[in-house]
Amino acid sequence: MASAIPDRALIAGIGQTEFSRNSGRSELQLAAEASLAALDDAGLEPADVDGMVTYTLDSSGELELMRIVGVKELSYYSRAPYGGAATCAVVMHAAAAIAAGAANVVLIYRAFNERSGRRFGLPQGPAQVSPSGSFWWRWYIPFGLDTPAKWAALHFQRYMHAYGVTNEDFGHYSVACRSYAAANPNAYFYQRPITLEEHQNSRWIVEPVLRLLDCCQESDGGVALVITGRERARDLRRPPARIAAAAQCALWGGDIVSDYYHDDIAGMPEIGAIGRQLWTQSGLRPRDIQAAMLYDHFSPIVFMHLEEFGFCGRGEARDFIQSGNIGPGGSLPVNTHGGLLGEAYIHGVNHINEAVRQLRGAAVNQVSDVEHVLVSAGMSGLILGRWS
Amino acid sequence: MKRTAPLITRDDQFFWDGVAAGELRLQRCARCNRMRHPPAPVCPFCHSLDWRVDRASGRGTLYSYVIPRHTPIESGGDPVVVALIELEEGARLVSNLSGAAIDEIRNGMPVEVFFADFENGLRLHQFRPARR
Ligand SMILES: [Zn+2]
Repeated sequence: MASAIPDRALIAGIGQTEFSRNSGRSELQLAAEASLAALDDAGLEPADVDGMVTYTLDSSGELELMRIVGVKELSYYSRAPYGGAATCAVVMHAAAAIAAGAANVVLIYRAFNERSGRRFGLPQGPAQVSPSGSFWWRWYIPFGLDTPAKWAALHFQRYMHAYGVTNEDFGHYSVACRSYAAANPNAYFYQRPITLEEHQNSRWIVEPVLRLLDCCQESDGGVALVITGRERARDLRRPPARIAAAAQCALWGGDIVSDYYHDDIAGMPEIGAIGRQLWTQSGLRPRDIQAAMLYDHFSPIVFMHLEEFGFCGRGEARDFIQSGNIGPGGSLPVNTHGGLLGEAYIHGVNHINEAVRQLRGAAVNQVSDVEHVLVSAGMSGLILGRWS
Repeated sequence: MKRTAPLITRDDQFFWDGVAAGELRLQRCARCNRMRHPPAPVCPFCHSLDWRVDRASGRGTLYSYVIPRHTPIESGGDPVVVALIELEEGARLVSNLSGAAIDEIRNGMPVEVFFADFENGLRLHQFRPARR
């Protein structure tokens, strides 16, 4: 069945707070600040908003946020599960609501004090394992597999085994994204590039897969987006971005952060399935994409994204990255804001803001002639297009 | 040594009862005979609600492994190796590998189950290199 989503909705505005390790204010305030910034960017008012979407993990309730920013009436609100997997799902929910006529202006927000408050990177106890949110984690925690880095590394080790990839190979991604971050004043690691030697000298987090410089930051901050129908494009303050394709995917035997039960785990079949949906919806191919924002909680996942989407063949991401393809002037610049490693970990949504900036020609590490940007987060993906 | 106790649900009580009794138990559909793990109250293949418990041989191979260096759990000696085990019955499960030098650990190495007792009466299934 053909999707009704492509090209019915636009990203009309983007907003964000500063990214830090200690915001000094409530998560609700961060959500409100980012939301007001996104509405201002779009040239819309809180009273125009009639839909809201966020993550199941977000602590700011819809009713609370409405009350403090002045949204009057919602006809649609939903939440997307599984942590960062929700990155592009929130846009899909909003675009689907608009295509279905359930809402006209949807506000997406994600804000947290993930560094100064509850840190995801520290061991998760059984009390944090809810049956709906993290089904199989309870099978792992007694064995000391109790952080996202550990869950993910046990999966990635199989990728390294299958293709002879080393931790040093992963370091080439870290160096590339930190180089972009070094030029981005909004990045936590602004003006702080790293060398491959520094990567290799950073301490092991999970041997033999992840060193410190393979791991994303833990950050405080908020990000928001405003989604509206394409017929409103003329009313907007800034050039919008087309939502050319939007997809979610869950597969039988899949898991969260980890992936231990598919027949072959030297890849991420959910991303492959997202890719097939995105190419079908948009009618595009990998060569039509000028930049990609790929969920990079840990550097190895970028390798899997590149291969599953067909930007390179299986096991070839190492060579693709080392040949300079993802850097400035390469065939596919990746995470040009610095990614979750270099800019900030705002649970992936800051990737979408960067995609919009690239399409507006307003990025600090601007790629030339950007028509389409792919955004992916493992269980959800987008292709955004330049408005003309 | 201390470990975090598993969160046990009604659907997997049989598994942990087996571990406490020193047995690795797998769930098998009573109608179509197919094995499933992690446990589930319904057979995903034929949708039967009826199932039985088989005792696994405890033999398998190492499918993947990692050595957590940040926030490792207490080991009292060598670092804890977290292992993804593929049992010869086909199921994969997360456990620990002990008794192997780190530079001898290889994906595919034959392993066998044993049971270890931790603080507060907690018993867990663990794996070691298979004895020839
Ligand atoms: Zn059955």
